[in-house]
Amino acid sequence: MRVQKEKNTSKSKRRGAKSLQQKIFPYILIAPNAMIFLCFIIIPAFFGIYYSMTDWQGIGEPVFVGLGNYTKAFGDTKFWQAFVRTVKYAVITLPVVMVASLLLANLMIQSIPGKGVFRAIIYWPAMISFIVTGVAFKFIFGDSTGIINYLLKMMGGSSVEWLMDKDHALAVVIMATVWSCAGYYMIMFMSGLQSIPISYYEAAKIDGASAFQRFMRITLPLIRPTTFLVLILGFLGLFKAYGMVISLTGGGPASATKFVVQYVYEKAFQEYSMGYACTLSILLLVILAFFTILQFKVSKGGEIND
Amino acid sequence: MTRQKVNRVILFALAVLISCIFIFPIVWIILSSFKEGNEIFAWPPTFFPTHFSLANYAGAFERGNFLVYFKNSGIVTILSTALAAVINFMAGYGFAKYDFKGRNVIFLIFISTIMLPLEVLMIPIFQTVKLFGLYNTLAGVIIPPAATPTGIFLVRQFFLSVPDELMEASRIDGASELQIMGRVMVPIARPIISVLVIFNFMWRWNDYMWPLIVIRSPQLYTVQLALKTFAGEYSVDWNGLLAMSVITMIPMLVIFLIFQKQFIQGIATSGLKE
Repeated sequence: MRVQKEKNTSKSKRRGAKSLQQKIFPYILIAPNAMIFLCFIIIPAFFGIYYSMTDWQGIGEPVFVGLGNYTKAFGDTKFWQAFVRTVKYAVITLPVVMVASLLLANLMIQSIPGKGVFRAIIYWPAMISFIVTGVAFKFIFGDSTGIINYLLKMMGGSSVEWLMDKDHALAVVIMATVWSCAGYYMIMFMSGLQSIPISYYEAAKIDGASAFQRFMRITLPLIRPTTFLVLILGFLGLFKAYGMVISLTGGGPASATKFVVQYVYEKAFQEYSMGYACTLSILLLVILAFFTILQFKVSKGGEIND
Repeated sequence: MTRQKVNRVILFALAVLISCIFIFPIVWIILSSFKEGNEIFAWPPTFFPTHFSLANYAGAFERGNFLVYFKNSGIVTILSTALAAVINFMAGYGFAKYDFKGRNVIFLIFISTIMLPLEVLMIPIFQTVKLFGLYNTLAGVIIPPAATPTGIFLVRQFFLSVPDELMEASRIDGASELQIMGRVMVPIARPIISVLVIFNFMWRWNDYMWPLIVIRSPQLYTVQLALKTFAGEYSVDWNGLLAMSVITMIPMLVIFLIFQKQFIQGIATSGLKE
C-alpha cells in the first residue's frame, strides 16, 4: 500500500474544546469494525494459541498437553514436506509471475492501438475465482478432454499426462497461478512505471543509452518499491494457495501439489486433530507475520505517527 | 520514422499474441459449454460447437440446484458488500478525521489483523463462528468478512487529504457530526466508496474460504462451494461443470466492464488485495 504524502493538519493546535459529541462520535465510527475484528480475528487468535496446546478433537473437553503438539510438529515429516513443497512452489512461481507482469506492464504502457482492450484481457483472469480457474485448467490440461494435448500433437509433439505426473501437475498449477495473477501485478507495475519522469529516458537517449541500458539503469532502480511490494504480496498470496489447487489437482497426484493450508485443513476437518492443526497454524502464522511486517516496512503502511 | 513504425507493428503483434494466450482458457470453456453431450471430448476437438446448444445450462439448473447456489451467492455478496462499504467507510473516516484517545493504538491493531489470515486461523475462527451461533448460516459468511483492514486503510488515506476546515465550517453552521459525515463527507468520498464496493463485490463473489468454513448444508452452498464440490467428484460431469463455471464468471465480467477504471485505480494506488 503506497502512502501519499500526508497532509494531516488535525494535530496542529486545534482551537477550543471539543464538544462531547465530537469525543464520542469517533468511537461509534470504529465500533462495528472493532466488534468484528475482536470476535472473529483477535479472540480466535488467542483461542488458537490455547487450542494449540491441547489434544482437542473437535468434540468434548480439550486436554492440556503443554508444548507436546509443538514437539510433535517439529517431527512431522509430512507437514514439513508440504511446507517445503509450498516454498518450492512459491520460489519457482514468484520470479515467473514478476518477470511476466513487469514485461507485460512495459508492453502495455507503450502507445499501442487498442491497448485498453489488451490490458482488460490480461487483467480478466485476475477477476475469475480460484475455483473457476482451477476448473478451467483442469479441463484444458485434461488427458482425454484437454485441448493442450491436441495442440501439442498437432505441432508434432506427443501428448503428456499433465495431471497424472507429479512434476507436470506442479507445472500446470504454476501456469494457472501465473495466468490468474499476472494481470493484477501488471497493473501495479504499470503505475510504478508511469511515475517515472519521461525526461529521464529522453536524457538517457540523448546520451546514447540503448533500450536495454535504459531498462536496467533507469526503470529497474526506480520501480524498486513496487517490485518489493509485488514480491511480498506475491509471496503471501502463494503461501496461502488453496482454492485453485483444490479444484485443479485436489492436491494430487500422490500429494505432489498438496500445500500447507490444505495439509492443515485436512488435519483439522478430516482427521479432527483440531488441537494439533492449531499448532501448525500458529507456526505458519509466525512465518506469514514475518513477511507481512516486511511488507509494511516496505510500503510504509504503518505510517501513522506523522 | 519507418523504424518506429516497424517497432509499433511488432509491439502490436506481440500484444495480440499475448492477449490470445490469456483469453484462450476463458474462450475455450465458454465455447465448450455450448457443446452438446460428448462433443466436448471429441477428437479432434471442434473449435466452435457444431450445434449451439443450451442443454448444459438447462442441465446445470435442473440437476445441480444451481439456482439456489446462485441466489445464496447473490445474497451474501450484496449484503456483505453493503455492510463492508458502510463500516469500513465509518472506521476509515473516524481514524482520519478525529483525534481521539487510543486512536493510533487501535488503528495499529486494526491494521495488524492483516497478519492473521483466514487460511491460517480457520480452525479457531470456525470455533468462534460456532460460538456466536453463526455456523451454517449465511450471516456467518456475510458479517465477519465485511470488516477489512485494507478497506479502512484506503478510506483513511483518502480522508487524510481532505481539509479539516470543511468540518469546522459545518460545525459553525450547527451541523451534528453525523450530518457532517452524511451530507459533506460521503458525497466527497464517492470515488473511494465505489472502489471499496467493487473490490468487496469481487472478493465476496469469488470467495471460497469463508463459505468453506462456515457452511455445511448443501442448500446454503455458494456457487464457488458448489463448483468445488462438483469439480472434486470422482467422475466429473464436465458438461454441467463448464456451464456453471461460465455462469459464475458472468457477474464479475459485467462488473469489470462497467468499472474498469475503479479497478485499475484501486490496485494502482494501494495494491488492494484481500
